[in-house]
Amino acid sequence: MERRSILKAAAALAMAGMVGTMGGAQAQDVIRIGASAPKTGPLAGGSAVSYWPAIQLWIHDVNARGGIEVGAKKMKVELIEYDDRTSNEEAIKNVQRLATVDKVDFILPPYGTGINLATAPIIARYGYPHIAVTAVTDGVDEFAKRWPNSFWTLGTSSSFAITLADVLKGMRDKGQIGSRVAVVNVADAFGIELASAGKPALQKAGFELVYDSSYPLGTQDFATIMAAAQGARPDAFVAFSYPPDTFALTKQAAISDLQVKAFYVGVATAFPAFAKANGPAAEGVLGAGGVNAASPAFQAFFKRHVEVTGKEPDYWASAVQYSSLEVLEQAIKAAGSLDKAAVIEKVKSGSFDTVMGNWTFEGNVIRKFWTVGQWQKGVFHGVASTGTGGETAVITKQGWK
Amino acid sequence: MEILINGVVLGGTYALIAVGLTLQYGVARIMNLANGENLVLACFGAFWLFSAFAINPILAIALIAPAAFALNWAIYRHALQPLVRRAKNRGQLEVDSILATFGLMFILQGVMLLGFGGAYFNYSFLSEPVAILGANYGLNRIVALGAALAICGSLYAFLNFTRPGTAIRAVAVNPQAAGLVAIDVAKASAFAFALGGALTAASGALLSTFYTFNAAMGVVFTMKALIIVIMGGVGDVRGAIVAALLLGLAETAVAALVDPGLTLAATYLLFVLVLLFRPQGIFGRHAA
Amino acid sequence: MIRPTQSEWKLAGLAILGLGTAALLPVVDEGYYLSIALNMALYAVLCTAWTLFSGPTHYISLATAAFFGIGTYAVALGIDALPFPVLVGLGALGAALLAGLVGAATLRLSGVYFVIFTLGLAELVRQLVTWAQTSFTTSVGLYVFTDFTEKHIFWMLLALAGAVYLIGWAVNRSRLGFAMRIIGNDETVARHVGINTARAKVALFMLSGAFIGATGAVLAPRFAYVEPTSAFNPMISFQVVIMALLGGTGRLWAPLLGVIPFTILFDWVTARFPNHTSLVIGFAFMAIVYLVPRGVSGLLADIRRLSGRLRIAFAEGAGRR
Repeated sequence: MERRSILKAAAALAMAGMVGTMGGAQAQDVIRIGASAPKTGPLAGGSAVSYWPAIQLWIHDVNARGGIEVGAKKMKVELIEYDDRTSNEEAIKNVQRLATVDKVDFILPPYGTGINLATAPIIARYGYPHIAVTAVTDGVDEFAKRWPNSFWTLGTSSSFAITLADVLKGMRDKGQIGSRVAVVNVADAFGIELASAGKPALQKAGFELVYDSSYPLGTQDFATIMAAAQGARPDAFVAFSYPPDTFALTKQAAISDLQVKAFYVGVATAFPAFAKANGPAAEGVLGAGGVNAASPAFQAFFKRHVEVTGKEPDYWASAVQYSSLEVLEQAIKAAGSLDKAAVIEKVKSGSFDTVMGNWTFEGNVIRKFWTVGQWQKGVFHGVASTGTGGETAVITKQGWK
Repeated sequence: MEILINGVVLGGTYALIAVGLTLQYGVARIMNLANGENLVLACFGAFWLFSAFAINPILAIALIAPAAFALNWAIYRHALQPLVRRAKNRGQLEVDSILATFGLMFILQGVMLLGFGGAYFNYSFLSEPVAILGANYGLNRIVALGAALAICGSLYAFLNFTRPGTAIRAVAVNPQAAGLVAIDVAKASAFAFALGGALTAASGALLSTFYTFNAAMGVVFTMKALIIVIMGGVGDVRGAIVAALLLGLAETAVAALVDPGLTLAATYLLFVLVLLFRPQGIFGRHAA
Repeated sequence: MIRPTQSEWKLAGLAILGLGTAALLPVVDEGYYLSIALNMALYAVLCTAWTLFSGPTHYISLATAAFFGIGTYAVALGIDALPFPVLVGLGALGAALLAGLVGAATLRLSGVYFVIFTLGLAELVRQLVTWAQTSFTTSVGLYVFTDFTEKHIFWMLLALAGAVYLIGWAVNRSRLGFAMRIIGNDETVARHVGINTARAKVALFMLSGAFIGATGAVLAPRFAYVEPTSAFNPMISFQVVIMALLGGTGRLWAPLLGVIPFTILFDWVTARFPNHTSLVIGFAFMAIVYLVPRGVSGLLADIRRLSGRLRIAFAEGAGRR
């Protein structure tokens, strides 16, 4: 008697379980999105400005609208985040966890060129769309071919360097600066790539490299380098630098009263903190990145970013990160489902309305992007691009006060 | 000429970084790997006081240094003294203290990350140029050099011309013998450790006026400080200052005359050379 | 050659069984659990190689990242020119050479100088590699595209682990191992009985470095994009020290007792508390120093000794009645 009732109870439980899970499988009403990026480690400084807040804003915006339209219904978005401690192996492990344990529907790209490349094979193996943002490298076409699920949005290092040379050439043709250029670069991947493309481009444009040097990552004291550069009497100063050195170089230039009419520093010039830290000395400083600051879409984005996250976005990667998320949202809507392959197809072939304007991928790459910006009256305007349109005119640097 | 002045200014900065660790390692025998985090914590402190309450960082030292003193005293009494009591010999204490302060380093870093996040911070204070012999130098760096000299000078005076200072030097030379002449070794060690922490914090406040810092940068400072302390001879403040100046000059010279990309290599070469030819450091005595 | 004792045969059997079982993992799971297992295997090799040297001599080496990076770079630089096994060998050789140089320069001095020097060694090598690449080539990142997937790398690591255990065991029984034990107990005595302590230490350091270099080389395909900051990541050195000390450095298999729990704990923490990893590492480290100063293996040895004494006490008590 007892055994049969136990059996009956077990059978009932099992059936209830089955029904429960079946019902569960159908009733998924949240889209689970995973993100693995630095919260600690060397790149945490950059991701804290350009990556995490943009994601936070997007999730907020999407859920405020009721969610993303997937077929007939709207599904809200849930974020699962991990810290990859700026380590390749940690990032790979996180992606594995997101894909096989958390079983997320989509994975957001990591932050940083090296980590995007290290995780690309795994993301490709699991078939997720990989819309990379903070990965600037000349290999984008090769990578798009190697990993057909990957998309590259921030541009190539050579474009950044070559358009800068064009900007300087334009200034020289207008008589704003002479032909002597001092070039320094940080001895790390991006800095070196920019310098390798930039120096020949400058020379081809007829500039004379009167000072040319690289410095180790983490250098805080630029007195010697600035003194040497100053001694060469340049008309323009170009530094392919990273966040801490960008700030230090600008400060040192102000102190040494470097007499140049064009001053370019690399990454982090686009951070709002740059203007705050340098005050009037920031006016006229050129840097990597830029946005169409006058566009209403960007201004609305700026305002919302501050309201929702409490932080200002930077004038470069933040908006592109947000745009890549808008692409994801619109692709899901166009595909009508959460099927990864279908979404990839839609990203490849679709046209998207983003805060950076209209985006269409050509061969999985966004070909029109901002490359050079300049601080003018407290706003970092885009002054050069690979064809986005809306460039502001360049002004000369008028001293450091 | 510029190399000389730049080198001295840089050396002054390094002296600030190293002087606190000299006391902690030389007297309390604690190889404090969390020294850099102590410094960065002070940077954040100065930044916060400056941005939120517009307090001059030089004056802020009056708030930051005592706070650091108290914090380091607490750390020594509760976290490190048990290790001192447990250690059977000096070597084991060093190993244990390295590991414990290593853990402390992560804890302090974690606290700063929670408080300020991973972003870079800097602020402008006394960032005007000052002309010396024809070239411009940052006023804040010159002030830091002046402060470094003042701090090191008063420390030297304290250690050599006052009774408590002499007691501390005695403990640095030979803790057992010091105990025999009625010096409270435990208290002197705790005091030296706390004082070292306060000095490091003061230098952090000064450095924050012209450095860009974030929560993860402590290790860089610790490494520099360790090299200088060992080069200068353990426990000797004069040695630390001389080694710091030497390092500053060497780095500046290499950056100007050879290649800025080889500064760390030059630092290491200098370190290895000193160790090979004078293993006790420039001013050190042979191991007791 | 003394024949291996029975307990050594038992240990060998256990080791082979363990490695064999582990090797079957990729058959069962090729996703997240394989990743964790790979990380465990990686640190098992690194920590055991580290213990080979730092265990007997009590010198804490923080140079692991430097040797590892050299191995990675050997593969990254040569992947288009030479076959993979040759590159692994070159990586091991390069690391051993660096270990030899560093050892000759610093091992005659006291332990603390050694620690400090090795702390910055990875930074120094990284700077030199970056400078060399900047000056002589146009880019700093190197691409390593191979057909190896995670399970191949996992098996290679298991093979390396087997090699480390075998060679470590052989060294322990050799004259070098005997010399190291004496040095570890009392260096003055060792010198007085005619052991060339400096040469012995350098030799062992080079052996340890060679294995770490080989591991770095094996891991290169997993990176896909090799740049100095990730190849010479100082966290590698720190984590190896934590895990080895957690397990204990008395025996060759002791680090394993640190690697497995730490990897699992750390993974659990980074998953649940992504914003608090530094704090957790810090507290874990301090807990190890205060609660398990001789590692888990030391704790186990203490328990065994304690239970042995209890048994004797009971036996005596019973005998008296």
